Amino acid sequence: MTRISLTVDGQQVTDDVEPRTLLVQYLREQLGKTGTVIGCDTSNCGACTVHLDGTSVKSCNVLAVQADGSEVTTVEGLAGEDGTLHPVQEAFRECHGLQCGFCTPGMIMQTVDLLAENPDPSEEAIRLGLEGNLCRCTGYHNIVRAVQHAAGAGSDTERSGQDTGVTA
Amino acid sequence: MTAVQEPAAGAEIGRDRRRKEDQRLITGRTRWTDNLTLPGMLHLAMVRSPFPHARITNIDTAAAKASPNVVAVLTGADLGEAQGACINAWPVVTDQVTPTHLPMPTDRVAFAGETVAVVVARSAAAARDASELVEVDYEELPAALDLKEAAAAHESGGTLAHPDLGTNVSAVWRFDSAEAGTGGDVEEAIAQARANGILIEREYRQQRLIPAFMEPRSVVVDPTGEQITMWSATQVPHILRFALAATTGVPESKIRVIAPDVGGGFGGKLQQTPEEMITFAVARRLGKPVKFTETRSESLLTGHHGRDQWQRLTLAATKDGTVTGLKVDLLADLGAYVAIVGGGVPVLGAFMFNAIYKFPAYQFQTTNVLTNKTWTDAYRGAGRPEATYGIERLMDELAAEVGVDPLEIREKNWIKHEEFPFTTVAGLEYDSGNYEAATARAKEMLGYDELRAEQAERRARGDRVQLGIGVSTFTEMCGLAPSRVLGSLNYGAGGWEHAEVRMLATGKVEVVTGASAHGQGHETAFSQIVADRLGVAFEDVEVLHGDTQISHKGLDTYGSRSLVVGGEALVRAVDKVIEKARVVAAHLLEASADDLEFGDGAFTVRGTDASLPITEIATAVFAAHNLPDGVEPSLDSEATYDPVNFNFPHGTHLCAAEVDTETGQVALRKYVCCDDIGVVINPLIVAGQVHGGLVQGIAQALWEEAVYDDFGTLVSGSFTDYLLPTAADTISFEIDHTTTPSTTNSLGAKGVGEAGTIASTPAVVNAVVDAVRHLGVNDVQMPCTPERVWRAINSRSSGGSTTEAAAPHFDSAEGEAL
Amino acid sequence: MIPASFEYVAPTSVADALAALAEHGDDAKILAGGQSLLPVLRMRLNAPEWVIDLGRIDGLRGIRDAGDHLAIGAMTTHHDVGRDPLVHEHALLISKAITHLADAQVRHRGTFGGALAHADPAGDLGAPACALQASFVLQGPGGTRTVPAAEFFVDLFETAISDDEILTEIQVPKHDGWGASYEKFVRVAHQWPIVAVAATVRMEGDTIAEARVGLTNMGSTPVRAEEAEEALAGCPATEEGVAEAAALAAEGTDPPSDLNGDADYRRHLAGVLTRRAVLAAAGRNGTTAPV
Repeated sequence: MTRISLTVDGQQVTDDVEPRTLLVQYLREQLGKTGTVIGCDTSNCGACTVHLDGTSVKSCNVLAVQADGSEVTTVEGLAGEDGTLHPVQEAFRECHGLQCGFCTPGMIMQTVDLLAENPDPSEEAIRLGLEGNLCRCTGYHNIVRAVQHAAGAGSDTERSGQDTGVTA
Repeated sequence: MTAVQEPAAGAEIGRDRRRKEDQRLITGRTRWTDNLTLPGMLHLAMVRSPFPHARITNIDTAAAKASPNVVAVLTGADLGEAQGACINAWPVVTDQVTPTHLPMPTDRVAFAGETVAVVVARSAAAARDASELVEVDYEELPAALDLKEAAAAHESGGTLAHPDLGTNVSAVWRFDSAEAGTGGDVEEAIAQARANGILIEREYRQQRLIPAFMEPRSVVVDPTGEQITMWSATQVPHILRFALAATTGVPESKIRVIAPDVGGGFGGKLQQTPEEMITFAVARRLGKPVKFTETRSESLLTGHHGRDQWQRLTLAATKDGTVTGLKVDLLADLGAYVAIVGGGVPVLGAFMFNAIYKFPAYQFQTTNVLTNKTWTDAYRGAGRPEATYGIERLMDELAAEVGVDPLEIREKNWIKHEEFPFTTVAGLEYDSGNYEAATARAKEMLGYDELRAEQAERRARGDRVQLGIGVSTFTEMCGLAPSRVLGSLNYGAGGWEHAEVRMLATGKVEVVTGASAHGQGHETAFSQIVADRLGVAFEDVEVLHGDTQISHKGLDTYGSRSLVVGGEALVRAVDKVIEKARVVAAHLLEASADDLEFGDGAFTVRGTDASLPITEIATAVFAAHNLPDGVEPSLDSEATYDPVNFNFPHGTHLCAAEVDTETGQVALRKYVCCDDIGVVINPLIVAGQVHGGLVQGIAQALWEEAVYDDFGTLVSGSFTDYLLPTAADTISFEIDHTTTPSTTNSLGAKGVGEAGTIASTPAVVNAVVDAVRHLGVNDVQMPCTPERVWRAINSRSSGGSTTEAAAPHFDSAEGEAL
Repeated sequence: MIPASFEYVAPTSVADALAALAEHGDDAKILAGGQSLLPVLRMRLNAPEWVIDLGRIDGLRGIRDAGDHLAIGAMTTHHDVGRDPLVHEHALLISKAITHLADAQVRHRGTFGGALAHADPAGDLGAPACALQASFVLQGPGGTRTVPAAEFFVDLFETAISDDEILTEIQVPKHDGWGASYEKFVRVAHQWPIVAVAATVRMEGDTIAEARVGLTNMGSTPVRAEEAEEALAGCPATEEGVAEAAALAAEGTDPPSDLNGDADYRRHLAGVLTRRAVLAAAGRNGTTAPV
């Protein structure tokens, strides 16, 4: 067992963990942060995306011991203390950017990171910025709308994808 | 043509309500099965066969049992009859060959990934550690892997998936329009076309797919109450409870099944799985709560797969392109066992190969074949995408043969809007539709004529990047299903749905539905229906589902049935509430019930100002101080609705794709569709269903394929090799609707859950072929990988099969720093 | 999804890391970001007894201008390398390749040295490293040695790093003014390249004076397309001008056959992508055909 101390969603926590414990397992099983989920075992799906010291990571691809001394934000720590939704959360609801909701925590966390790096992304930049997150329900159309909405460019929800010519 | 309906002022139906479900999901306040933890809960790990076909000669569990924190290690023999069996609900023919499917076989495994032992431990990690210590001795047996070879094995002396059965053919199911009296003789039509017409003969491959819902399956069983409670990531809690009871001997009344938040299904969670059965058996045996959550690799390997057919198709037509007959001969791979719908999946396609067309003669035959691969079952569309693909590809081929535009050949053959209701050559009665209107709108949306001009220009110029336009004018049958029809097809259950409406004393309304949502937005759409019909606020309606103790009766969610069957049941339950309230209202308003009108949530006495809201009646009924004699103090009502017919959404999908002739790479340029799904309850939810469906269908056309090697190993067994598209691989879509209300339900609605998937696959492949047809290509096998397209261009073939090997990116061996 | 048990140590200096390696060498794996190692451990394709995490050694992070070359600390993340102005100025090819590497989350955690030392021939950094003739600084108990790219990649997942050594720095000769392009060919965005071509060229007017071309996933190691490079020197930067030379790209390669393409298709792709990459690097719009 190794002792780790970190801050998760603003809360200071200290625990003994096995070195093999993945950050996502620590969050879910020891801290009860079940909002963050596990969707694959090859790091392709991105459902477990959280922020580690301010940038997005796949929490299945980080050991809990590696997060010692760090600050972690999950989807559960995104809304304000008074329950006010983060603009990205609000945008996903507004634009119907989720259906079953399983990929949603990861999509939202990656979107927050994406917009922090590039506050006014093109549709292509949004699509590339989410390449590490899989969704099986939405066909991504409304996820892209949600990101545009959150970026303040979402009023034109009818904007079509013609001539994007994305490689298939 | 009817324009898209606008919601009436103040009406909920037709309004793009934001979903009630979302607040929890976007804040992480979720209840996925794997989130559950119960006191004393134990964890399971499965020991799975690496071989596709082998005799189990010995299982040594001693070392695993001695591993730290292990509570038990159990085999099929240990569990005995308590493990129950996995059932097939639809023996498609009375003499169907159906191998026994034990959750953990005791003597022989029939596919790689089958569970042979289960480790029970105090933590998931301890269970996983010990699972490596279970020593299983196998005697490998030859495996039936190739579908065509397996189909002929009983004649050729080839390998049998289950040697004791003597054949791999589970069933041969046939429909012939001449025999059924619904049409002419197809052989005659073919002979005539051969002599003096056009005969299109093709063989198409429907590759094996994996549903790949985002939430891996998970099951928790708590045996400590009077009822044994199972939480499962399932689409079918009611069917699952029935199957558990029917095969384990535990009374149905002693089992409660809960489907909490369920992360997608697409048919993949329409199953009674070995893992659910094993978890149930272990919990009962140990008397402790038990959890099993699969890894993604386990999910891809052992959750049922979909599609996997060879289609031999013969289309007969006159020289002008009028179709005179269609003959369909399928080989369908069932995998190692006949799953719950199983051989019924290809049979569902039998009614759809004739699609929107007026074919005079039709014959369909499917040969359902057992192999030593993962079992197959329903995947979004289930039988109908396969059929739609076959016919829509053929119609393009016919157009090419005649030398006319693919839309022209369709128009020549389709049912005209004034011809509805129309009884098809497959014996179904299509209630409504307008193919002309949807097609006209789709052409306009795409800019069809402009793109055809650009295509011609690029061809003339010999551009490296060629443009193709793919057409798919689909219909489907959904709203499964009239029980009488299911009975005639030998299905083991009915197709009704149940709903209940409870009027609470405080004026709130609880709605219970037997449908079981896993992303569809039932809570929102059903609230809209109830709010409108009952005249209460959208926010005041609470929709309850997915727990057999709350929703005691239901047939769950699949086959685009929730709205058209479950919604109709709900409408009828609401109407019963209103009728019960009418009696009380008359009493309280001191009027005759015949003089009361109900609207906007209140009864009014005709010709007066006297009015009483239904919510106040609910309160009065709760108090029960002043009810008419003999009237029970309850407005609550139930309804069970059995549909009288399927409904038939349709639409025209147009795809423009660019093919890089140098590399074979396909790029989507534009995709438009105009679907007629009847009356829309919530356009936002409908759009989401269409978008998601489109991408799943496009993914079949371009990316996804479950590939086995010669050893029976699934080589596309992780998300590294089973290629789901990302946002970066897809485009935005333009969707629209025409509306001809369904006449088979009072909402006028048609199913939408599967439409996008059914329609889009042939649209994309037709676009790819269209782009390179002038280079001598008339088919590209799915998925249309760049390599296949490149080979098709260079060898005028359909591109050949996929090499059955995956690159080892996660290598175990060398490489020091990672 | 649950790795086998291991012991974990996170040294804070290279000396401590070497000591830990000396002690546990045969039973240890080095964790240098973990974006490839952790999947391996989760799927139990490997089960080391020790994991030595280099993530706490501050001295292994950062990018320095070292005169004629850039010195990239092995533990610098892809994200940091990708947005570094020095890299953009002196080794544009690396900046270009990193935008295609994995996804944003992986680029935040994965490290430049870690990916190179993993030596997956389908990794996106090997070909640029070969094309730019990078050198690899290996530190061991006996001191430091520098290995050129051509000798660093030995085989599939195998490098010149000895069991008792650690890759500490990658030295990239400056290619000031060289154009660059990384043409990655995939079926879906999140997969490894089926084939990719890293090209960097020095132009003299409209003529390619010098070209360096690295190939991804065309054999058991990243390789340089030397015949193509030689043939490209002196070519006019036009479709016709480079086509013949680019067609030589696959000469001498032994690409794999798998789900995503057979060897002959990969050879064909190598030629096409080389032509496109070279033209793009030369500032000609050769990446895609005109629409």
